[in-house]
Amino acid sequence: MPSSSRHKQAIRSTKAPLDSSQEGWIAGKDLLTIKALDARDIELIIDTATAFHEVAGRAMKKVPVLRGKTIANLFIEPSTRTRTSFELAAKRLSADVVNLSGGSSSIMKGESLVDTGRALECMGVDLVVIRHSAAGAAHTLARTLKAGVVNAGDGAHEHPTQALLDLFTIRACGKNVAGLRVVMIGDITRSRVARSNIHLLTKLNANVCVVGPPTMIPPHIEKLGVSVSYDLESALKGAELVMILRVQHEREQRSLFPNVQEYARFYGVTRERLALASPDVLVLHPGPMNRGIEIATEVADGLSSVILDQVANGIAVRMAVLYLLVATRETTKGVGVTR
Amino acid sequence: MAQRYTSDILIQNGRVVRPGMPTMTANVLIQSGTVVGIRRGIKASAKCVVIDAKGKLVCPGFIDLHTHLREPGFEYKETIQTGSAAAVAGGFTTICCMPNTNPVNDNKVVTEFILGKARLAGLARVLPIGAITTRLDGDELAMIGELASAGCVALSDDGYPVSSSLIMRRAMEYAKALGLTIVDHCEDRELSKHGVMHEGLVSTTLGLLGIPSAAEDVMVARDIALAEMTGCRLHLAHVSTAGAVRLVREAKARGVPITAEACPHHFILTDEAVGEFDTQAKVNPPLRAESDVQAIRAGLSDGTIEVIATDHAPHASEEKEQGFDRAPFGITGLETALGLTLSLVEDGVLDLESAVGALTSNPAKAFGLEGGDLREGRTADITIVDPKEEWVVDPSTFRSKGRNTPFAGRKLKGRVVTTIVGGEVVFSTNEKP
Repeated sequence: MPSSSRHKQAIRSTKAPLDSSQEGWIAGKDLLTIKALDARDIELIIDTATAFHEVAGRAMKKVPVLRGKTIANLFIEPSTRTRTSFELAAKRLSADVVNLSGGSSSIMKGESLVDTGRALECMGVDLVVIRHSAAGAAHTLARTLKAGVVNAGDGAHEHPTQALLDLFTIRACGKNVAGLRVVMIGDITRSRVARSNIHLLTKLNANVCVVGPPTMIPPHIEKLGVSVSYDLESALKGAELVMILRVQHEREQRSLFPNVQEYARFYGVTRERLALASPDVLVLHPGPMNRGIEIATEVADGLSSVILDQVANGIAVRMAVLYLLVATRETTKGVGVTR
Repeated sequence: MAQRYTSDILIQNGRVVRPGMPTMTANVLIQSGTVVGIRRGIKASAKCVVIDAKGKLVCPGFIDLHTHLREPGFEYKETIQTGSAAAVAGGFTTICCMPNTNPVNDNKVVTEFILGKARLAGLARVLPIGAITTRLDGDELAMIGELASAGCVALSDDGYPVSSSLIMRRAMEYAKALGLTIVDHCEDRELSKHGVMHEGLVSTTLGLLGIPSAAEDVMVARDIALAEMTGCRLHLAHVSTAGAVRLVREAKARGVPITAEACPHHFILTDEAVGEFDTQAKVNPPLRAESDVQAIRAGLSDGTIEVIATDHAPHASEEKEQGFDRAPFGITGLETALGLTLSLVEDGVLDLESAVGALTSNPAKAFGLEGGDLREGRTADITIVDPKEEWVVDPSTFRSKGRNTPFAGRKLKGRVVTTIVGGEVVFSTNEKP
């Protein structure tokens, strides 16, 4: 039986399969990057998410597959949307969830990330979901913990579950990614969403073009298998997928562009510009949006927009990731010293 | 370090390697801390300590122009004692220590403190480098004359390079009169702001902010223009870019009074060594692209870069175990420099005499120091090397407090077996540390 259908059956029968014979990414304990996944891993996650997506439509939105498991959301960098999505995903799997944020945790008292992680592990946490402003934070944690680690965004490095939920959304709209003409617009240099999506879409053979002012395009990006354009309108011609990135106000933006008006003038996606794209184009945005800057309101709320589907699908994809990493593994025992 | 020798020493049957001279097999006799004979057939007298150097290289003691000893202020990273123990274990009989201590070495009290601690340690000769500006803040000149009188051998704001071209001009003019070399860590700190590694494909993939090569190149160009204008002797620390090598080569052809150094990590490793956020490979200037590494090797080969220095920068493990963004820059280098330098000989980049010259006579010339050669009548600072010994770098065996190295686990060929400072054996692999 192919492993994805085995998982589907497990979800239906609400019994987790304990199978140690799995290979590839799933044999590990973490989801840190899309870069490390292969096409088979990606299909397994998407297939599993499809099964969980059905759960969201039930009156009783809960399956008991992670009963008795504990998941910690360690959000050192503030986030409402992603944290809520992970929390709901874990709860719908019947896991116990603890939320720790940068402001309230002992990280504020100078404790190192690794020490915080070890403490959580000793309390029997099976998996830590981490969001951190520093690239590599999830790797640092994963290297020291026996518990699983899911990267919920590390600096400008990766945000793997966002890319997976984007793929889920594209597939749900009936699109085949291979050969798909994708335009990604915004601050590619400082975007983890861009990096994860570039890896994912190029692994599945999409034609990806990144667009933005040269100040926002990192060196050698074309070596990741994408093309580069500084001209939005010519890039949009015939595009089948438009992925708009948030213009970040909260990060170091000095001299990346003169001001938001000028950014909107050259790189804002308006209805007129979107008309250059394929008639059945999809518009994605990871949120939160700056309406009127990178995306016009009529585009955000227009027929091509699948932005709200992304949010809804995020829960199913995160359920799949948590399930695949936690259900198939032995429960972490709270390890205290016994004398 | 005078009058420390305990007995005469005869180094027998070693291959004597001296920059600019043919290597020959000879005995080296040391009496009263001075080299008194280098020739075949010198016989040991009854009171002589005999060192059998058959199959070994007998070199002038190595001189490191770029060491961070961390004391005063950061004794948890390194002390003058542990740093000079690491130095002699790596074959360095003289080390020049950078002023970024706390307090900064911008006045004679700190200089004298360092010299006093070095005397107590009684291992390598420690020559302090004074600050160019007070507190390394780039605003006003330190008391350069006082520093020179107290024993500083060069000036640098290493790590916090002087941004103001006017202050740099004045420093060069002032230093020139005192015969001091200005050492600059060339980095435009606006261009490199928030950068943590080389700006290239690896930084793009990891989402880390990059330090572009241009951040080094623009400052090298500025410094060359200022050295040309003032006539001050300029030494460029840890050159890391192809652009810098090109600028130095061109300036030397015009007769600008400059020298340049390269560090082993910059001629061996590329930014690929960062892998998945390995902070052991976080160093400033950063490990750069393959084309830069090749340019530095070419620069060493044609003499554009004549000095090999360590930029020995020890840090505590817990500092390096922070995330990549927060971990400090730096690599512990004194105890791996020789093996890494000899790989250049193996690779045909340098001949043996030039490689030894890059560690001895050339650094001495760059700062106008005594030593760096092995001649009759000279103080006996000598390093004996086994060129064939293969060993694996194990940071836990370092004499330095620093364990931070990207070379852990690497197999090196060539190891220091004996280090002699002023006629006294201060390190020998025959003795347990």
